[in-house]
Amino acid sequence: MSTKNIEEKQYLLRFKADTKSHLTVMDDDICATKCPDKICTIFCPAEVYKWEGLRMQVGYEGCHECGSCRIGCPYQNIKWEYPKGGHGIVFRLA
Amino acid sequence: MPEKFDVIVVGAGPAGTSCALVCAQKGLNVLLIERGEYPGSKNVMGGVLYRKQMEELIPEFWKEAPLERPVIEQRFWMMDKESVVQFGYKGLEWGVEPYNNFTVLRAQFDQWFAKKAVEAGALLINETVVTECIVENGKVIGVRTDRPNGEVYADVVVLADGVNSLLSKQLGFHKEFRPDEVALTVMEVINLPKEKINDRFNLEDNQGCTIEIFGDSTKGNLGTAFLYTNKDSLNIGVGTTLSSMIKAKLKPYDLLDYLKTHPMVRPMLAGGESAEYLAHLIPEGGYRSVPKVAGNGVVVVGDAAQLVNAIHREGSNMAMHSGLLAAETVIEAKYRGDFSESSLNLYRQKLYDSFIIKDLEKYKDATHTFENNPQYFKEYVPMMNKAMSKFFTVDGTPKRDKQKEIMKSVTSERGTIKVIQDIYRAWKAVK
Repeated sequence: MSTKNIEEKQYLLRFKADTKSHLTVMDDDICATKCPDKICTIFCPAEVYKWEGLRMQVGYEGCHECGSCRIGCPYQNIKWEYPKGGHGIVFRLA
Repeated sequence: MPEKFDVIVVGAGPAGTSCALVCAQKGLNVLLIERGEYPGSKNVMGGVLYRKQMEELIPEFWKEAPLERPVIEQRFWMMDKESVVQFGYKGLEWGVEPYNNFTVLRAQFDQWFAKKAVEAGALLINETVVTECIVENGKVIGVRTDRPNGEVYADVVVLADGVNSLLSKQLGFHKEFRPDEVALTVMEVINLPKEKINDRFNLEDNQGCTIEIFGDSTKGNLGTAFLYTNKDSLNIGVGTTLSSMIKAKLKPYDLLDYLKTHPMVRPMLAGGESAEYLAHLIPEGGYRSVPKVAGNGVVVVGDAAQLVNAIHREGSNMAMHSGLLAAETVIEAKYRGDFSESSLNLYRQKLYDSFIIKDLEKYKDATHTFENNPQYFKEYVPMMNKAMSKFFTVDGTPKRDKQKEIMKSVTSERGTIKVIQDIYRAWKAVK
């Protein structure tokens, strides 16, 4: 079978995005100066985090709400909440 | 809606719904709060539901619940790059009543299960996030939700808010988890016609198979992969501790694709169509990560209490049983009219007397041992494969000489003393 890249995998899903992000990078300077690996951009299973040179772009709309970024950020620099009730990812199968 | 309930349950997964169901059956006034559009819309698991703990809640549930296949075969693969050492058990007794376990798709199952709690009298409110517990004089007296005027009160609040359990963290029952206490797992549901599944897995209709895959499935990192059969789809997933994922700089979806295209796995998926991609954390800290589970006016159940036996991939059963034990405790506390911590500590006692904590205690050092000793996954799995290959390749070498050669190659790769240490350490971690 064909594998699908992460964009295609994300297309398989239904999201009911809120207008406001439930994920906040509290201080972009910490990412810029202290975190050469920007490891959240690697381990996030939905590629929510993308480093844009000066700041972290947070594509919260595609978040699976797993919690990895909150636990895995080496600087506890991510404020993590649940999306508003009824919003965010909607799993239809498993 | 009455302002005060007997019980508020936060989270309509297996743990919360079990607790709500039993409390409602006993006539308690139960509010079950779910943040998703429907129960199951936020919930993920590989897919094995255990009969025993479910049957204690709903006798003969298999006659009406939306299940996929009863599992009649459990296989274990020690996988290298181009080979695999396999063992397993297949038994037809698991294919007839009362069954052992089933594969399920959670979005359907959880909705059905929550409906059972509602039929028993629980009030289910979807699309509502509990933002915090309301604490007064050191006692949890209710919850605050993200709805307007969203305060609700109860004698007891049951936290079934899943692996992240922000609510028990808010109460100081545990600190933030470390990356080595959780496993980041991703999976796909892959549609495949029933006939193909039956042929490829050597099954008949209404027979299921589970395969747990170690070794190269995680590129030697601490974790496992799985491949489970549904009626007309497969669940394939892989996870490692978040700490391993970080250390190896792995992208979880790349690891999943590595698994899907692995020559030992690929033929089983051929022609399949991806239907859904899901990510979730699994609490794998085990015994040492279990937080405080009872306080004044509050108890913690399921993943929120980190009740998962990673070695045996058991979690849903522990969730359900902990929900049941919490319900029994709440019912007794109601009878006594005492919801203090010392009263609700009965739940803790029940939990620690049950198979749940006994099993977690048995494996309390396992994750730690395997995390700190990567040789088990990185070196021994390839060694096992090489040994089997050597032993079963017919090349005119006498078998006794082959055995000697195998032993020599194992001890020369690791060193005799190290091998003995490794065996002893592994035995100690799982004994």
